[in-house]
Amino acid sequence: MEKNKEIKEKEPIFSKQNVDIIKKALSRNNPVTVQVLGICSSLAVTVQMKPALVMALSVMIVTGFSNLIISLMRNTIPQVIRIIVQLVVIAALVIIVDQLLKAYVYDVSKKLSVFVGLIITNCILMGRLEAFAMANKPLPSFIDGLSNGMGYGILLLIVAFFRELLGSGKLFGAQVIPQSFYDAGYANNGMMILPPMALITIGIIIWIQRSKNRELIEK
Amino acid sequence: MFSNKYIIIYSSLLVVIVAIALTVVAVQLKPIQEENIRIEKMRNILGAVNIETTVKDAAVLYKKYITETRVVNNKGQIVENVEAFTTNLAVELKKAAHLRNLPVYVFSSDKGEKLYIVPVRGKGLWGPVWGYISFKSDFNTIAGAIFDHKGETPGLGAEIDTKPFQKQFFGKKIIDNNSTFISVKVVKGNTDRSNEHLVDAISGGTITSDGVSKMLFDCLKEYQMYFNKIKSETLSVVTE
Repeated sequence: MEKNKEIKEKEPIFSKQNVDIIKKALSRNNPVTVQVLGICSSLAVTVQMKPALVMALSVMIVTGFSNLIISLMRNTIPQVIRIIVQLVVIAALVIIVDQLLKAYVYDVSKKLSVFVGLIITNCILMGRLEAFAMANKPLPSFIDGLSNGMGYGILLLIVAFFRELLGSGKLFGAQVIPQSFYDAGYANNGMMILPPMALITIGIIIWIQRSKNRELIEK
Repeated sequence: MFSNKYIIIYSSLLVVIVAIALTVVAVQLKPIQEENIRIEKMRNILGAVNIETTVKDAAVLYKKYITETRVVNNKGQIVENVEAFTTNLAVELKKAAHLRNLPVYVFSSDKGEKLYIVPVRGKGLWGPVWGYISFKSDFNTIAGAIFDHKGETPGLGAEIDTKPFQKQFFGKKIIDNNSTFISVKVVKGNTDRSNEHLVDAISGGTITSDGVSKMLFDCLKEYQMYFNKIKSETLSVVTE
């Protein structure tokens, strides 16, 4: 008991190290804009804010808990089958999330369709498990997973914000561009609804990020 | 580092634990998921007669407006002891034509007007497309239509589930002046909007549009014998 307390005191949840993990995942090492992972689903589910938000939360839950579980198991996992073990854990979590979505947010789960299942193949997950959870304690791993999921989710929401606003004049399904604009000749940009514009939007975000933070530019 | 025995036991144990966990989750959530599917079907059926529903009031409104359901076959006979609502058209369409159970939902409006709703199902570009079409009591004029799809291209084929596309079907007719069934076709560059048998296709969604045309023709054809039978029955009642 005494010993446990000591460890806890040594490592509060928001210790400098842990905060650093979060910061890194959100900006300097953002899974989408810097590591360029998970692009496929960020093109597909960012037409509207609501599916993007649900997808972001789903990915956060899966990255967080898969990191936590793998980190708890890390000393027992035989090296030769570690990838299989990781995949089993990820797949199980994704199926649970998919089942929950089907039960509680049916309309959104229909929009996300195959992409929830495809979280399994999202490289962010395997990347974090291999790079972090296999070598770190449960709590930092959990934080790393959550914040990487968040880094992915925030990007998803930024892209969805522009696509829904410019593509259909709405945010979270509610009309935000007033009718008077349309009467004056404004038209929704149909291109924004199509995947190419998601790629271009992500490209612009990467461009802005790298021009602000020059360390990220590859030589 | 780890022996083979350890690896085999470890992986077997892991798989068993995961399997149990997933089974528990799936079994626990199944009733809620089935209820969602049921409510969605009710909403779709009511959508075909232009009744707006929410997830909460769908079941109540369905009970209120859908006063009668029946199952027919392609010879126009009523099939007894088959529940229309639980009849799955996807399963029925795989059977031989004369064995198919075809559901019909009868809608009675507040004013007592009757509309007849039939399901349709076919193939789009990437997967199944389906919908519900409602007919006025002449069994010729379309009163409403609703379509949905599994995974058509967003912005292109997926537009079939939007109001502007579906509204085009209102008032269209499936039988021509010579009393022949010709269905309603979705065609490209349809400039003649007054044509009773044509609606405008979706640009960029040609294969989905053609799929909708084919679905309407194939599914509605099966109902023609039944429609003709009711029509002649009501006619004979009038002439008597």
